[in-house]
Amino acid sequence: MATDSWQEAGKTRKSHLRSCEKKSSWASYMTNSPTVIVMTGLPARGKTYMSKKLTRYLNWIGVPTKVFNLGAYRREAVKMYKSYDFFRHDNKEAMEIRKQCALVALEDVQAYLTEEGGQIAVFDATNTTRERRDLILSFAKENSYKVFFVESVCDDPDVIAANILEVKVSSPDYPERHRERVMDDFLKRIACYEVTYQPLDPDHDDKDLSFIKVINVGRRFLVNRVQDYIQSRIVYYLMNIHVHPRTIYLCRHGESQHNVLGKIGGDSELSARGKQFAHALREFIKQQKLADLKVWTSQLRRTIQTAEELGSPYEQWKILNEIDAGVCEEMTYEMIQDSYPEEFALRDQDKYHYRYPGGESYQDMVQRLEPVIMELERQGNVLVISHQAVMRCLLAYFLDKSADELPYLKCPLHTVLKLTPVAYGCKVETFYLNIEAVNTHRDRPPHRLGNACITRRSAAAVKKPWKLPPCSREEPRRGRTLAQRTNTQGDVCWMNFVCACV
Amino acid sequence: MATPPRELTQNPLKKIWMPCKNGLPEKHISQRKVCMTNCPTLIVTVGLPARGKTYISKKLTRYLNWIGVPTKEFNVGQYRRECVKIYKSFEFFRPDNEEGLKIRKHCAASALNDVRTYLSEGGQVAVFDATNTTRERRDTIMKFADLNGYKVFFVESVCDDPEVIASNIVQVKLGSPDYTDRNTDEAVEDFMKRIKCYENSYETLDEIKDRDLSYIKIMEVGSRYLVNRVLDHIQSRIVYYLMNIHIAPRSIYLCRHGESELNIKGRIGGDSGLSARGKLFAKFLGKFIQEQNIKDLKVWTSQMKRTIQTAEALGVPYEQWKALNEIDAGVCEEMMYEEIQDHYPLEFALRDQDKYRYRYPKGESYEDLVQRLEPVIMELERQENVLVICHQAVMRCLLAYFLDKTAEELPYLKCPLHTVLKLTPVAYGCKVESISLNVEAVNTHRDRPENVDVSRPPDEALLTVPAHQ
Repeated sequence: MATDSWQEAGKTRKSHLRSCEKKSSWASYMTNSPTVIVMTGLPARGKTYMSKKLTRYLNWIGVPTKVFNLGAYRREAVKMYKSYDFFRHDNKEAMEIRKQCALVALEDVQAYLTEEGGQIAVFDATNTTRERRDLILSFAKENSYKVFFVESVCDDPDVIAANILEVKVSSPDYPERHRERVMDDFLKRIACYEVTYQPLDPDHDDKDLSFIKVINVGRRFLVNRVQDYIQSRIVYYLMNIHVHPRTIYLCRHGESQHNVLGKIGGDSELSARGKQFAHALREFIKQQKLADLKVWTSQLRRTIQTAEELGSPYEQWKILNEIDAGVCEEMTYEMIQDSYPEEFALRDQDKYHYRYPGGESYQDMVQRLEPVIMELERQGNVLVISHQAVMRCLLAYFLDKSADELPYLKCPLHTVLKLTPVAYGCKVETFYLNIEAVNTHRDRPPHRLGNACITRRSAAAVKKPWKLPPCSREEPRRGRTLAQRTNTQGDVCWMNFVCACV
Repeated sequence: MATPPRELTQNPLKKIWMPCKNGLPEKHISQRKVCMTNCPTLIVTVGLPARGKTYISKKLTRYLNWIGVPTKEFNVGQYRRECVKIYKSFEFFRPDNEEGLKIRKHCAASALNDVRTYLSEGGQVAVFDATNTTRERRDTIMKFADLNGYKVFFVESVCDDPEVIASNIVQVKLGSPDYTDRNTDEAVEDFMKRIKCYENSYETLDEIKDRDLSYIKIMEVGSRYLVNRVLDHIQSRIVYYLMNIHIAPRSIYLCRHGESELNIKGRIGGDSGLSARGKLFAKFLGKFIQEQNIKDLKVWTSQMKRTIQTAEALGVPYEQWKALNEIDAGVCEEMMYEEIQDHYPLEFALRDQDKYRYRYPKGESYEDLVQRLEPVIMELERQENVLVICHQAVMRCLLAYFLDKTAEELPYLKCPLHTVLKLTPVAYGCKVESISLNVEAVNTHRDRPENVDVSRPPDEALLTVPAHQ
């Protein structure tokens, strides 16, 4: 039957498009060959901190990235850590074990980059000898991966001691957590590496390698031979992050009049309860007793009205505006269901990639918000008063949430999230300011709707004269090929990629 | 104690909500600007002659102005040429030439005075372009900056590659006013001797001695950088920009999509397909690209149908950027200018009053577009040969960046349909070649009418609307 073959065509097209789609985020397409980022440096120099943070950032902007921490492999191989003696460079047995671990880790890197769709692998280990780095370089060459080294050099004893206290004391290597003993053993461990440490040498031996040397926690950087876009972004990111303690507060505007009516988008004013929230927010901020707080809002009235209550200067960012719902702006969900039932279903299928006709998707928002994240990294204490979808995107960055989870993060009105960086992650505290508000959260529906609808659409797309650019691994990964619907006339009704991605 | 929250009023031009008192907007508009510090920045170049300092200064200035940071460069060599009307020879630069030294010191001081004037009259960044090769000179500048409350950021260019230096000399020095009446060999010889005069006293920025300064050291034409103590947002943007530019020869081609159905009807925005003539243009564009025989050409389009259809006809892979989409005309999408005048006469007039800053209701302004396009510019800087198929407003913004056009000129740059602009970097600027592919199309360019008053009659508002169906 005709419909069967259409269904088949739809399925193959669907899966083909889906595989393209996964790779086709705006940043992701910029990289061609996979890249191995190789961390380098003595212990307690912040390598794992940078690895995890960088990985979080790259994943958030859509570049599939994964950390491979050699310490974890070593802990697997040597079930119980005894002492720093393991790390002595004349301990032949241990050296052999450590080398084996590195090889196993590299195997996993290869699997991730070649078979699992990964684009960047962060090889987090000391990699302090040229011999070890040459091993990695050969491995990369065999597999046609690019290599980018990130070396952390630090000679400030206070910083090193602080690092040890913050992350090493609670490491699985030191279950008894006795601070002085840990400090002592760890400093001896570092000494073991120092004997054979060969820092990256930009003048002679390593002048042809691509790397960044981060010196004294970002006071100085040496950047050598950046090869491509993604390396340039990595450098920019590493140059903007800092480790000074600070707090980021995220909240939404106070309840708005549209919120009360159940309408999405628009530019309405605060409701009475929204104004109460703004007042409560002012009190909350006062109680936090912060020395310096920057306040950022969007350019929509409701966030500005909220900030006005605080009585202090604030900055308006257009890019903090709520997601543009295009033709669905200022509609209630019921109205959308009525006027655009297919769109409504499509959105539930893949809320992250779904783009409103004439509007935006969560994926678009992430791209839009990247400069906000970059500036947040540079800043100290900041309060960001934004919107539901915006806050979800920002929160996903700080809490390392996947694209799948992001659109369903709970960001209720009248609630402030306080984020404090701690160790390798972020502590979150939730403060509900006790002013009632409507609930604007729509959960993920329990089952996928309208399969018939999907195949009809997929089939329709197959007949469309407008071709898609080829999307294969041999070619440089192409830009987002999300097609946009014409909203009314429908003379050529394109396929919204979302429906292909079920 | 709680003062009632200020009322908000929306600025009619930019559609920005601002607090107001007695119905009038308060002066302080807390809108996010690139340069959030009130503290002006003094960028100081450092390096021997023919190291690309002026190239970097001019390019950086162009970029900063484009993204909205008022910036100006002050080239001390210019001041010296004003002072010493006729350049005789390298002898002027000899370190033992007392008179020469006096004049040069005076010129530097004069330039710094002008910097002070500029930064106190609304300038945000001043680029002090000179060799500044001695610590003594740099200390003088820093004292000056300290006195006036400026932040200082050094940009040093270090290069030992004799080929690069020779190429620089040929490209920019030979054409300098200093050497108009010399032949090539003489000029090169003199210039080399000039460089020698600086070499002995050159004190490069030192990792130890200068560890408290904020600077970037660019080595070997950008294959290596040393970055020290970046203090704020603008310095971080400057570093990122400098790390992305290159000097490899290449060309950038800018053009619009082929004529669209909505173009013919005189309607703005929307997402229509190509007209028959538009399709013909696409075909001719394909032929043109082939004939140009461009090495490794990348093709970029927006995510709107008309640019994608145009690219499809080329038969080569292309990349779609949402950031290249046409300006969002908000409530005016798909309207004709006549309809906008009819339904939104006030908006229509405001747009003519300040087309760069004017934001369509629920849409965008040119100013918004520039912010949106910044990553495109950054990637264009990284790339080599690129063809960008975009839209009228977008093309104007990109062109303004390459040709250093002001915010006032930008929205009126002529970017007709079916015309390709080929931009080739040359010396300190950009050569433009305009190539019309000889396929007829409607004119979509609307000049600024004489009468921009909100009370103007419709016919005066519509005087400059181009003809359409």
